Amino acid sequence: MAERSFAREVAQLRLRAGEEFRGEGIVAITKALLQCGVGYVAGYQGAPISHLMDVLADAREILEELGVHFESSASEAAAAATLAASVMYPIRGAVAWKSTAGTNVAADALSNLASSGVNGGALIVVGEDYGEGSSIMQERSHAFAMKSQIWLLDPRPNLPSIVSSVEAGFELSEASATPVMLEVRIRACHLHGRFIARDNRRPSFPLAEARANPQRDTGRIVLPPASFAHEQDKIARRWPAAVRFIRERQLNEHFPVSGAEAGIILQGGMFNGVVRALQVLGLADGLGRPQIPLLVLNVTYPLVEEEITEFCRDKRAVLVAEEGQPNFIQQAIQSVLAQSGLSTRVHGKDVLPMAGEYTTSVLVEGIRGFVGRAVPPHMRPNLRSPPDPGPVLAQESVRALADIVPSRPPGFCTGCPERPIFAAMKLVERELGAHHVAADIGCHLFSILPPFNIGATTMGYGLGPASASAFGAKSGRRTISIMGDGGFWHNGLTSSIGNAVFNKSDGVILIVDNHYAAATGGQDLPSSRAASLARSTRHPIAEAVRGVGVGWVREIDDTYDVSRMRDTLREALGTSEDGPKVIIASSECMLNRQRRLAPVRREALARGRRVVQERFGVDEDVCNGDHACVRLSGCPSLSLKPSSDPFKEDPVAAIDQDCVGCGNCGEVADAAILCPSFYRLTAIRNPGRWERLRGWFRACVMELVWRASRRRPHTGPA
Amino acid sequence: MEEPATPGEVPARPISIAIAAMGGQGGGVLANWIVTLAEQSGWLAQSTSVPGVAQRTGATLYYLELLPWSGGQAGHGTPPLALMPMPGDVDIVIAAEWMEAGRAIQRGLVTPERTTLIASTHRALSVQEKSVPGNGIADGGKVFEAARQAARSLVAADMAAIARRHGSVISAALFGALAASGAIPLPESRFEDAIRSTGVGVEASLAAFREAASGALAGADMARTGLAPRCAPEMVAGHSDVLTERLGQRVLSLLPAGVHELALAACRRLAEYQDTAYADEFLERIARFQGLGGIAVDGEAGEVLFEAALRRIAAAMTYDDVMRVADLKTRASRFDRLRREAGLERGQILVVTEYFHPRLEEVCGTLPRALGTFVEENRFLGWLLGRTFARGRRIRTDSLPGFLTLALLARWGRYRRGTLRHAREMQHIDDWLALVRRFAAKDARLAIEALHCRVLVKGYGDTLAGGRGKFERIMQAAQALEGRQDAADWVRRLRDIARKDEDGSKLDGALATVHSFLSESSRSPPG
Repeated sequence: MAERSFAREVAQLRLRAGEEFRGEGIVAITKALLQCGVGYVAGYQGAPISHLMDVLADAREILEELGVHFESSASEAAAAATLAASVMYPIRGAVAWKSTAGTNVAADALSNLASSGVNGGALIVVGEDYGEGSSIMQERSHAFAMKSQIWLLDPRPNLPSIVSSVEAGFELSEASATPVMLEVRIRACHLHGRFIARDNRRPSFPLAEARANPQRDTGRIVLPPASFAHEQDKIARRWPAAVRFIRERQLNEHFPVSGAEAGIILQGGMFNGVVRALQVLGLADGLGRPQIPLLVLNVTYPLVEEEITEFCRDKRAVLVAEEGQPNFIQQAIQSVLAQSGLSTRVHGKDVLPMAGEYTTSVLVEGIRGFVGRAVPPHMRPNLRSPPDPGPVLAQESVRALADIVPSRPPGFCTGCPERPIFAAMKLVERELGAHHVAADIGCHLFSILPPFNIGATTMGYGLGPASASAFGAKSGRRTISIMGDGGFWHNGLTSSIGNAVFNKSDGVILIVDNHYAAATGGQDLPSSRAASLARSTRHPIAEAVRGVGVGWVREIDDTYDVSRMRDTLREALGTSEDGPKVIIASSECMLNRQRRLAPVRREALARGRRVVQERFGVDEDVCNGDHACVRLSGCPSLSLKPSSDPFKEDPVAAIDQDCVGCGNCGEVADAAILCPSFYRLTAIRNPGRWERLRGWFRACVMELVWRASRRRPHTGPA
Repeated sequence: MEEPATPGEVPARPISIAIAAMGGQGGGVLANWIVTLAEQSGWLAQSTSVPGVAQRTGATLYYLELLPWSGGQAGHGTPPLALMPMPGDVDIVIAAEWMEAGRAIQRGLVTPERTTLIASTHRALSVQEKSVPGNGIADGGKVFEAARQAARSLVAADMAAIARRHGSVISAALFGALAASGAIPLPESRFEDAIRSTGVGVEASLAAFREAASGALAGADMARTGLAPRCAPEMVAGHSDVLTERLGQRVLSLLPAGVHELALAACRRLAEYQDTAYADEFLERIARFQGLGGIAVDGEAGEVLFEAALRRIAAAMTYDDVMRVADLKTRASRFDRLRREAGLERGQILVVTEYFHPRLEEVCGTLPRALGTFVEENRFLGWLLGRTFARGRRIRTDSLPGFLTLALLARWGRYRRGTLRHAREMQHIDDWLALVRRFAAKDARLAIEALHCRVLVKGYGDTLAGGRGKFERIMQAAQALEGRQDAADWVRRLRDIARKDEDGSKLDGALATVHSFLSESSRSPPG
């Protein structure tokens, strides 16, 4: 876990009853789990829930004191399967991942879990990666909840609500023998807020006790005839129990307004946005008290039909503010009202957009549309127009920005070891033509963007090589598929490598090994190089690959060697050997490397020890302003500056102070035969005596040469 | 430190703040300081972000709301704060980079009714801008125009430079500008307390904070917001004694006054590249443009023509070859600069490794003409040398073997006139200039554009070969276009396309257009 330390967050986990927690939403959830007496936590990292995993990984001491078992699962499927511990035993367990990507992977275990039902509370924390800032396909976790009958919580986005929904979630799970999903959106996970803590609780039923007294019940196992009984049980017993609990505990919140003929039913997660929209429209006051009644669904599945009918009974129309599609909640409400014979008109996706994030502006427009159609004037005495950026955006000078403001997608970090891999691929492409490239999930996916523009499809984590399967026949041009070390251990070893071996695929597989799960925050992996107290690391990818039967394996332990990288790729594309050709390109993630080494270097300097530091530079007067180097790099620290030579007007390349001296610039300039303007500076601080003497001697000789050249006449041909 | 603000009335709306930054810039640090500032003043504060994958250098946005009210406890019972900015409804926008300020304006976050825009004028160039061969850098002046019209008040300065001066982060300077802007009604001391309470790099942060806050912000220095497209002709650094009196006199008598400075700079460049006789050769080439087609030496057209000739012929005659690079790499001034770049003090050691990859052509080019041609044409020697130069060379210019080798190569430059490369370059230049003079006799504008086309020929290896190819194709098109009214316009258009075209495909398309309308008009001559 090299990327950063979570010591401050870990300290927050120790807060006692009455003390105030200040911090991020996802860390608040972590603290809430401990307050609920959770017995075990598992999960797979990924934005926006990575910090839950990171903080717990750093909190070994606290977890040991409390007797809580924590696992960094190999995948979301493994994490979901961990919840099996709560099937037979009254142990509370929680798992977490990024959704819907992770929920897809976990779906097999989740279906089995939901069928069996649970004895101890089982909570699934899903970071709903939807809308701005999301890195995955735009889908809803809601569908998973519905298909497996897992209850879905969607609390109001403030820390006290989120924390209390963790507590309610465990209780609901136990009351209805059903796993419960807690959905938190990106912004809620990264929300800074406060809540008053309670003491942490030890699990009431220790894991050791379960191990000592194992229990079994074939009625809980998903096999006929039990599986048929499970379905009946869900409908006859678990569902009604859940609805009863939700209603009795008032998990959903009602903000009444007397005499109102219209109201809004909303997901809890939409609350702050809806209230802000109402404020902007003059329909709520500074405290957020609405003039239109609200029914806030902190539980979005299952719906409590009585709550819906009670809310709608005296209203002519309601608006359902439900983000994402399909509009499951709106459809369900319409069905409930139709069955109960109420004539309340249901608005939703008619005034709000069907797809996309419900930003404040979107909600303002939607609610304005609803108000215009359904809210009588006496309910909206202060209605006003929202602020309108339209006139500013229409100005000539602002419109002109469209032509100049460049797009700025994420990319490889300064000194990233993956950059030279793709530079080498570009060089091979130039030489041998374009190949079909199957991409995967991970930092390496940034290759699809400029300047590399490499990669045709991405089908899922660890599925890069599998997604090239159809092209695996031994004829014609080979495909190249890419997979990171994260994807490799998540799923890739079997689904991609094993699959390619078994089906005698002829393709080239490039495994990018940067020693961490870098894209999710630098977590450790089985193949991480650092020794870990809590986990078993240092399991080479090459051994695993050979173990499943790959014959042609090349390991490159320095990705910055662009020429070697290029030659190896060329060899893989040309060899006559059968079966998949696997190249494992390894160099440490530079972000993590710098975080690891910076303190070491600082200390060495402070103690007067010899310190060697490298960086690169460009000779401005040698650079010709063609920027071919940038087109093979895209490194943030390789930029341009104005030429100070009036006879070369194009901006010249320049390397800024952030350069970490990875060497990619020089290697690329060499391999692509660009230009001789790059140089590497190696600064030796606190040099040894011999080094100093040698340096002095060199300086003297060089000075003599310079003096001689100054005497050189500058008049005519020699 | 914490004190309750006046409970009283709930403010009608919170102070909303959007921070537009790039991943890795530390926008989170700034957000934390603002939250700390508000909470230490007893206010309610909420911040959110959507880092996602944007943490890796992409554009990203942090959003905060501060409520100057202490009537409620945290959580239930307090007014809900929004999690994302609403266009038209943001009080403060802080942009940690100049184009990100432009993006925030484009998103409608900056409006004249409401928004204080605090922006750093420095540029972090996007890959899109950097990749263009030639100049693809966006015009920062346009962001300034938009900002002036869109913002209620604007605070713009190079915050990155302020941060650098104090060894701090850009967030500290932006926080200082925020304090000075008065957009948050709290005293500066409270801001400083917020920095202190985070406890990391406090002194450096405070120094950057104070410089940004202390009125250095009156009036933005717009010269620094974008890279100037063309630099003023200034004296080329290097030997200042190389220009003899005689050369100076010749320039004065030969050329219109408007280009004297440029001509002197060009002569210096030539003399410094080779010797003063080389500058004479240069002026002879320039002199041949006098009196062509009745162009008056002192007229404006004459000046423009001479400016183009001076600029392009000087650049062409100082082509980059092995000796030139060796010379530039072994100068005393360079080593001083490198030590400064590495931040080295006396007694510390600097190792400099150069990345050379000369190809067979370049090696042959440095040989005397006859020998170079012989080696090029001898297949065995070519094969042998080709093998030798197939791999790149790492040369340590701080070590004596490396330094002396390059210094010797630099000295070989004295014999440049006898080399194969020089013969070819001069032939190429003279063919080109003969053509330009032919154009100038009838169409001065076409001649000027043809001169400027030489900008395409630059660099080393494949870059040079590619550029030369584009140049030749445009020159052929220029000859085909000669005599048409729009010939000059077309040549300029083709050149602009070629400059931004990496693989030449766009130029091919444009040339096809030219040839198609030329063949059409040859069938039916314009009436």
